[in-house]
Amino acid sequence: MLRYLTKRVVLLIGIVFVISVGSFYLIHLLPGNPATVILGFGATPEAKAVLYKQLGLSKPIYLQYFVWLGNILHGNLGISFISQTTVASVIRSALPIDLEIIGISQVMAFAAAIPIAMRSARKPDGTLDRFLGAGSFTLLSIPPYILIVVLVYFVSLKWGVSATGPSAYVSGGSFFTNLESFSLPAITLATGSFVIYYRVLRSDLISTLQEEFITMARSKGLSQRRIMWRHAFRPSSVALLGAASVNIGGLIAAGFIVQYLLQIPGLGYTLILAINSSDFLVVQGIVLTVSVLVVAINFFFDFVINIVDPRISRE
Amino acid sequence: MSSYSPENLSLAESVLMGVKEEPGEPLGLFFWICVGWVGLNIFGAIFANVLPLQNPLYGNFNLINAAPSLHHLFGTDDLGRDIFARVVYGARVSITVGLGSILIGYGIGAPLGMLAAYRRGRFDAILTGFMYLLLAFPAIIATIAILSFWSPRSLFKIIVVIGIASIPLVYRVIRTATLSVATKDYVIAAKVQGATDRRILMKELLPNIAPIALSFFLIGVATIIILEGALAFLGLSVNPPTPSWGNMINEARGVLSQNPWLALFPSLALCFFLIALNFIGDRIRAHFDVTEVKL
Repeated sequence: MLRYLTKRVVLLIGIVFVISVGSFYLIHLLPGNPATVILGFGATPEAKAVLYKQLGLSKPIYLQYFVWLGNILHGNLGISFISQTTVASVIRSALPIDLEIIGISQVMAFAAAIPIAMRSARKPDGTLDRFLGAGSFTLLSIPPYILIVVLVYFVSLKWGVSATGPSAYVSGGSFFTNLESFSLPAITLATGSFVIYYRVLRSDLISTLQEEFITMARSKGLSQRRIMWRHAFRPSSVALLGAASVNIGGLIAAGFIVQYLLQIPGLGYTLILAINSSDFLVVQGIVLTVSVLVVAINFFFDFVINIVDPRISRE
Repeated sequence: MSSYSPENLSLAESVLMGVKEEPGEPLGLFFWICVGWVGLNIFGAIFANVLPLQNPLYGNFNLINAAPSLHHLFGTDDLGRDIFARVVYGARVSITVGLGSILIGYGIGAPLGMLAAYRRGRFDAILTGFMYLLLAFPAIIATIAILSFWSPRSLFKIIVVIGIASIPLVYRVIRTATLSVATKDYVIAAKVQGATDRRILMKELLPNIAPIALSFFLIGVATIIILEGALAFLGLSVNPPTPSWGNMINEARGVLSQNPWLALFPSLALCFFLIALNFIGDRIRAHFDVTEVKL
């Protein structure tokens, strides 16, 4: 276990290093002087001179990377030249929105997927299983941006539920006052996640239920419910956790489209706005944050998977 | 039990390929309906300007936001353009990007994956490590960042960027599939007989990984078409007025309450096409029974 974890941590550090180089280099990919890129065309020579000194722009590029890295490690991601606030504060205000939407969507997805997959796996190829199989396959082929348009059409326009439509989000609200405006994006993300979790868990449960220890449990006269939750669920949940790891990482990166459509200023929407206004330090900061978050989530799930099935680290 | 590590599991693989089924399952009627539908879409996309369609760019301002009728099968949009013609033309962008990108992915990723799995050793270790590193970087963010900075935008650049982003995924699928075949007795027998590497790769390995390669190819096209739609929503795909399914749905959002038809038809076109692709891919895999892809 310890050896496995050390290996993962080394890999994690390697990946984070590559990500940091990639995000650092993003600014230099752009045509023109980095000082102009960061400060915009209207910058005064004095401001540029300060920036040159701060970022060591006159030094060779690999030294610039270390200056930059030093700044990042001190939480200094630079200052957005559009809003004149620090990039760190922009991210601090946007990130909780992502986390809340994704958190709610995952609770909904798991709460629905686990019991339904168990019901479905009890009688493979039964009526319910076939129906759910076809239904989930169809849902799998519906992109989130179509689902959200459909939801907006019915919920906000036809039924007139307030605070669910585009730009209904009011910033500064508490966790609970925002629930209404987060409901549609959360449902959209939950639907996509539910389909994935349902299909993965169902197929694993079916193969686990054919194992001998389940027959043993059945012959002991244990209830169906107890067999499912106590005996079949844990060995079947490894692939589920793996899928969740990839999926949640994907939601952080891909949740931008639902945010963009409803003008909810999470990381994704902020990123698009920053790209459109050429606010490159914000772009850089968000790309870095999201990438590191995705890697951290993968690492976290790796750890959980190891607790659920310790055999993996011994392979 | 197949060995598991989270990074050799992509969602498409786990969701569509992880479902265990009976070997050699018949393809079924719905499979052929899906094939026909995909064929029809491709046919429409290729021959859009030969077919008796209205001009997708011509706006009849006397007839805006019209409901479907005989003259305008799917109605007209807020500029009076024929939605049916635009949906058919819109298939062009989606299909070109989907096919073009995945062809780049397969062109580079598939030979590398096969070679790595066949050769093993250091070549395999280095290449696989590198690909896994690339996979850790969220591709969609990189795609958006590169496309938004790389101006002027063109269909070709979109295809290249998405295509390159798909290389590590294709590499992983093909490598895993080849690995499971490369240790089979008939491959060793061919080696013992002194067959050349080229012969083994082309005659022994390739035919055996072809079903899973084709299956993932179709699912890959579907995934990339979804991504293209997302890019269109952000204004990073082809520029209007050129119709694509994504930018049609995006434009329809503004007039959703007046003209829901406008959002409905491109959405349906997109969803049906994706369902057909996913279904064909899934059936092919089930039919040729390449379920347990072991590492």
